[in-house]
Amino acid sequence: MSASDAAGAGHAREVDPYLLGRGGQYGLGHAAVTGRGAGGPASKTVVVAYGFWLFLLSDIILFSCLFAAHAVLQTATAGGPGGAELFKPVNIAIETACLLLSSFTCGMSAVACGLRSQMWTQLSLLVTGLLGVAFLVLEANDFAELVREGAGPQRSAFLSSFFAVVGCHGLHVTAGLLWLGTMMAQIFVKGFRADILRRMLCFNLFWHVLDIIWVALFTIVYLIGAGR
Amino acid sequence: MLGKLTWDSIPWSQPIPLVAGGVVIVIVLAVILWVIIKGYLPYLWNEWITSVDHKRIGVMYLLLALLMLLRGFIDALMMRSQQAVAYHAEGYLPPEHFDQIFSAHGTIMIFFAAMPLVIGLMNIVVPLQLGVRDVAFPTLNSTSFWLTATGALLVNLSLVIGEFARTGWLPYPPLSETTYLPGVGVDYYLWALQISGVGTLMTGINFVTTILKVRAPGMTYMRMPMFCWTALAANLLIIAAFPVLTATLSMLILDRYLGFHFFTNEAGGNMMMFINLIWAWGHPEVYILVLPAFGVFSEIFSTFSGKPLFGYRSMVAATLFICLVSFTVWLHHFFTMGAGGDVNAVFGIATSIIAVGTGVKVYNWMFTMYGGRIRFDTPMLWSMGFIVTFIIGGMTGVLLAVPPADFQLHNSLFLVAHFHNVIIGGVLFAGFAGIVYWFPKAFGFRLHEGWGKVTFWLNLIGFYVTFVPLYIAGLLGMTRRLQHYDVGAWHPWVLIAGLGVLILALAAAAQVIQIVVSIRERDSLRDETGDPWDGRSLEWATASPPPAFNFAVLPDVRGEEPYWALKQLAIERQQLAPEPVYKAIEVPRNSPVGFITAFFATITGFALIWHIWWLVAVGVAAAYVVFVWFAWRDVTEYEVPAEEVARIDRARRAARRQWLAANAQAGGAA
Repeated sequence: MSASDAAGAGHAREVDPYLLGRGGQYGLGHAAVTGRGAGGPASKTVVVAYGFWLFLLSDIILFSCLFAAHAVLQTATAGGPGGAELFKPVNIAIETACLLLSSFTCGMSAVACGLRSQMWTQLSLLVTGLLGVAFLVLEANDFAELVREGAGPQRSAFLSSFFAVVGCHGLHVTAGLLWLGTMMAQIFVKGFRADILRRMLCFNLFWHVLDIIWVALFTIVYLIGAGR
Repeated sequence: MLGKLTWDSIPWSQPIPLVAGGVVIVIVLAVILWVIIKGYLPYLWNEWITSVDHKRIGVMYLLLALLMLLRGFIDALMMRSQQAVAYHAEGYLPPEHFDQIFSAHGTIMIFFAAMPLVIGLMNIVVPLQLGVRDVAFPTLNSTSFWLTATGALLVNLSLVIGEFARTGWLPYPPLSETTYLPGVGVDYYLWALQISGVGTLMTGINFVTTILKVRAPGMTYMRMPMFCWTALAANLLIIAAFPVLTATLSMLILDRYLGFHFFTNEAGGNMMMFINLIWAWGHPEVYILVLPAFGVFSEIFSTFSGKPLFGYRSMVAATLFICLVSFTVWLHHFFTMGAGGDVNAVFGIATSIIAVGTGVKVYNWMFTMYGGRIRFDTPMLWSMGFIVTFIIGGMTGVLLAVPPADFQLHNSLFLVAHFHNVIIGGVLFAGFAGIVYWFPKAFGFRLHEGWGKVTFWLNLIGFYVTFVPLYIAGLLGMTRRLQHYDVGAWHPWVLIAGLGVLILALAAAAQVIQIVVSIRERDSLRDETGDPWDGRSLEWATASPPPAFNFAVLPDVRGEEPYWALKQLAIERQQLAPEPVYKAIEVPRNSPVGFITAFFATITGFALIWHIWWLVAVGVAAAYVVFVWFAWRDVTEYEVPAEEVARIDRARRAARRQWLAANAQAGGAA
């Protein structure tokens, strides 16, 4: 375009004076660093995972409120039973084992996805789900037993906060299981499409974060609680 | 079958809510009927309700905000008039009704007027300023909006079905427990806020991801316009603070629905924990509202002074400083809790320190104006009115931050005057300024300047006449939320405040007239070039209203104020940049999923409020079905062909060329 050449003559900013988005071409390396300002919007995978991490952080804050409330109310037993009398270490150890193992198998599903193996993906997701169900059944059993013993959430503020924080984690596992089932169906029907893979990435993050929360819960609610 | 819902839930014996509700229902039905008869329904459904375009969603947020602002203002009119006549008398509003009104006023104004106002502006502006085509998650954005609308709908339903909370805008226990308020009022509050809170959280996630990960090439952090910085800070605060609200309200819900003892007066419950938790959200919330307001003013001061923003880097630092420190001051909302002198001193000092960050901003705005070629258009008037008003509000805030003073002023009208001072003078003025400033970008024509000035002056005068007397009444010892009183010294000030609120009513009328007049005279107010204010940031680089894809070619940013640089280059050379190579653009498809989600959220919320358990199950199951159905979609985007992109952009370029030529003649004549 001769007009632009004429206009550009003698001007200080010779490199792409019209800012036409040809940064990469002029050696500024924009395209290499997408998402960090210089190179334009990040890829969809980065955007989706980033957004989902932010959601997970917000979820962790929600849990931290429940933890804080529990810490405040841990000794508010109102004359009722405390953690030392109620918690059954063996049950909790089995629940923990289920959850940690499920995290391992969940990681396996991510590896299998990377290998595009339908069978191994489905299998590791299935095992993850079964371990999750086992965890939930054990937890529900614990809850039912507590209620039978007269140590339900209405008994004291301590038990209210206990049921709330453990129950909230259990609700998350339930939601995770629904997601897991949907995910298995989607991978089966639609295969390893880019958007399905992004969802698998998010699901993996979600499931591992539930484990992280369980570790905090185990420490704050059960370990510290049993000592008070 | 219908839980607690019976025929008597409708307040047949109370004429005020009944008539008000009836009028609203008639108006809504009339509008729906008009839409159907005129055949606008498909247009409405295809172009707005299911739209995932950030500009459309932003407009819908603003519409919701203005409607709710009007609704909350009617509550304010009723409160002021009640207090004006309730001296040595009962007034016309019985206590249980008055209590609902001040609770609804606060709830609506904060959650459904102020929040949608700032989120609406962010929606319209942020992607354009960043030079990109949409937010990170467009469909989620639509869902956020509709969930917010659900919350607003539930609060307004309480007017005619049942009752609203009688707790004030924050439901402090133990009053909000079932022991004292067994009715549905608090439940309306709780579920409306839980649902809209989810929407707000999703907005926060969406915008932080957008601002940090989706920017035009070359748009590094220190080149982002100030409004984007403040939007980033506000949305970070949303992500950090709104889960606290959700958790706190969930605990209260468990107390009310399942007999838990988080905040009860018995079985070891701790009600001060509610107050701590709710303010751990509540104080950041103040900055979620006011930081974007600061951003709006920064853009306006710079544009209408014809100068770059003074002290850009210090402005960024001050914004992030406020963002951080806002989380360390929550206790100043209840110095009277009895935490002790040392704790109160720490929080008092932290609170005062926030004024330093704000002070930096105020000086930067003033230095931006200094030496500038100032144009006194309506947005600039709002901004200058803001500076004066907000400084007064800030200084009374610093007074309240001193614990011994706060012990006297706590829960008085002085406090009420203070937070209205900063929220009206800060957030609302910014909302109005932002609407006037970006209206041409959103709609393609300007708002009427004359009526805008009338609106501004009425608002400014009305604000002072209303709230200065409340400061004085508060200093005279008048506490907030009084249904009636018999202290003669307060009466004249309350009457003056009543007069002030009438002036504000005139201001509201002027604002409605401004919009109506502008729509009727839109042809003479048309913005042909897309740059009606001689702007500096990228939103003015595209047409007004922008095409669905915003930019035909993503701008390449080489410095601060990229559009200003480009414009100066064009003026200097008397020609536009050569035409770029147009390519096809992928645009996200519209989706009804947000609307449908909100529909089921409304049903579920309503069922939860009225204990209709089977309907709760239906609503939740339906939500899951919608989720799976949405996850199953295969085509998420459509392509705007290159020829269409070229046609649209060539029209914009033609308008620019014309402007350039006209400008050259004007310059030559001068």
